[in-house]
Amino acid sequence: MQKKIARAALALAVVGGLLATATPSTAASTGIKAGLKIAIMPKAVNIGYFTAWNQGAQNACKEIKAKCTYVGPTEATGPAQVQFINKIIQQHYNVLVISAADQNAIVPSLKKARAAGITVVTSDADVADASARTVAVLPSAADRIGTAEVDWIAKATGGKGKIAVLSAAATAANQNTWIAAMGPYLTSKYPGMSWVGGTVDKSTFYGDDDATKSTAQFDAILAQYPDVAGIISPTTVGVLAAAIEKKAKHAAVKVTGLGLPSDMAPYIEDGTVEQVGLWNPIDLGYVAVYAAGLANAKKFTGKVGSSFKAGTKTYKVVKGGIAYLGDPYVFDKSNIATFKKIY
Amino acid sequence: MNRFSLTWDKGIALLLVVVTVVGIFGVPYFGSTDNISFILQDIGEIALIALPMSYLIIAGEIDLSVASALNLSSATIGVLFKNGVPFGWAVVGGLVTGLVCGLINGFLVTVVGLQSLAVTIGTLALYRGLGYALLGNNPVNQMPDAWTSLGYSNIPGTFFPFVTILLVLFGALFWIVLHYTPFGRRVFAIGVNPEAAKFSGIPVARTKMVLFAATGLMSGVAGVVYTLRFASASPDGAVGYELAVIAAVLFGGVSIAGGVGTLWGVLASVLVLGVVRSVLQLSNFSANALLIVSGALLLISVVFPRASEMIRAGRKAKSGN
Repeated sequence: MQKKIARAALALAVVGGLLATATPSTAASTGIKAGLKIAIMPKAVNIGYFTAWNQGAQNACKEIKAKCTYVGPTEATGPAQVQFINKIIQQHYNVLVISAADQNAIVPSLKKARAAGITVVTSDADVADASARTVAVLPSAADRIGTAEVDWIAKATGGKGKIAVLSAAATAANQNTWIAAMGPYLTSKYPGMSWVGGTVDKSTFYGDDDATKSTAQFDAILAQYPDVAGIISPTTVGVLAAAIEKKAKHAAVKVTGLGLPSDMAPYIEDGTVEQVGLWNPIDLGYVAVYAAGLANAKKFTGKVGSSFKAGTKTYKVVKGGIAYLGDPYVFDKSNIATFKKIY
Repeated sequence: MNRFSLTWDKGIALLLVVVTVVGIFGVPYFGSTDNISFILQDIGEIALIALPMSYLIIAGEIDLSVASALNLSSATIGVLFKNGVPFGWAVVGGLVTGLVCGLINGFLVTVVGLQSLAVTIGTLALYRGLGYALLGNNPVNQMPDAWTSLGYSNIPGTFFPFVTILLVLFGALFWIVLHYTPFGRRVFAIGVNPEAAKFSGIPVARTKMVLFAATGLMSGVAGVVYTLRFASASPDGAVGYELAVIAAVLFGGVSIAGGVGTLWGVLASVLVLGVVRSVLQLSNFSANALLIVSGALLLISVVFPRASEMIRAGRKAKSGN
């Protein structure tokens, strides 16, 4: 664990440099006054994903010349987070950027923080009550997570052939939402492509987020539909199992989905898989700090329809007071070497 | 032994004074009125359950299911409210749930005759499981503001949170009963020697039953406080609180072997733990350091009395020669 974090930190320094050069933005141009006291609070410290998230936040902090502190509990629970929210209220921070460990339990505390004049922005995980924060900065709209995966498989197959889905459990709510969005999108956007079973529902196989079961389901798809051209697996366990099995069986079927860069690196590097995607915690932290800094400077209201700039991109607030980063972040041969070290 | 535990209690009280003074003069923002309110809210549930837990441990028993009972009480409030029961009655339902949890523990220990450690490890899982069964994956929120503001705001015109009223009332009640009534003396007698207590006519089983019921009921009270403070009921609430409660009781000078302890020692201990955490947090110690310090404090509280006992025994043996 320690080693992993140290390794991540090293890699992040590199990425941080890249990001900083890619997004030339100065405090002067944003209108955010220098020296803001910002708290960056993860669900829990000691987690690699949040270390990356914080690194993105720190990059933004450097650009807006803010004093950012990474602070949070060791256990990812609402009550544990509340103690730290109280601390930042006490210490008169200007801004709180938080990934909510509990969507309800921290609401009263966040409202207290807002009442004390602290600008609150949720990032990565939102709270149930939108009035407890100015805006939420989240990865991608649920629909877009599904449709982006269709775009990736279309790219891999050249927009032709029959497609199947290798999902997690049949009851997995997230996956079901994404898969529902894939169905009509594929048939309307890509006339050369179709679902192996006619509809997306009849083309979805369930590996229950279990490596062995996912592998068996991958084989089942090939056996049942020898003409399958591509498999989308919207789960990190499934897409890894599919990549391993594809390589072992020398299967021609194309594979993509939501994958962890560290898991998928060997298969992207050797060409088994062209690309996978996932959200990028570095961007999440980076954008959230800008949203919070600008809101604190009254340059951004957080209201639906309002927008703000972070780095070179502009983000718009949509229904529910949420700003989405946009498309899931894509990992391919060009960037996998960097990201496999991060998460 | 008795004389020593008194010393320990005084030590805790002294520590409370020292840490508070250091905090006020050495740590920015510690002495603010807001912070006093935060500390009291923070220790509320732990203190409320530590009161009856002190009795139980003094009587030689223990209840590990308190956090699960707290959570089940909170879940009951949530489910009742979600299904249209007025919030006031949902709160009553939560209190009854806590009481029933305690009665079940008491029944299994005093009537069936099982070890309280084993029984309450079982009910720890059982009550937690029932909480999950009641709420599933759907925490209840949007509770009426009139109620939830009792959980997180101060008594108007003061910097004391509403939970202070419960802490003072129950603190006084449990103190008086333990140290100034025959019932309290019975609790000590049972802890020192249950057999002797039985032969001297003390209704041991009935007394223990009352203690378990009181612990359950106070877990229910803490469940109400918890629900209001976090304005929600979720199946994974208050995880690990049983250890925080027992740590506070032991650190307050109650002997895990039973028969020894004072209520004011426990109250001082709960306050010390809250104040120390606040001082460390406001001194910008990391969460990891906080974990280490609270673990070390607990270890000291267990090791120190034992060590000084051994030293004293060693001296006695020497002077005997």
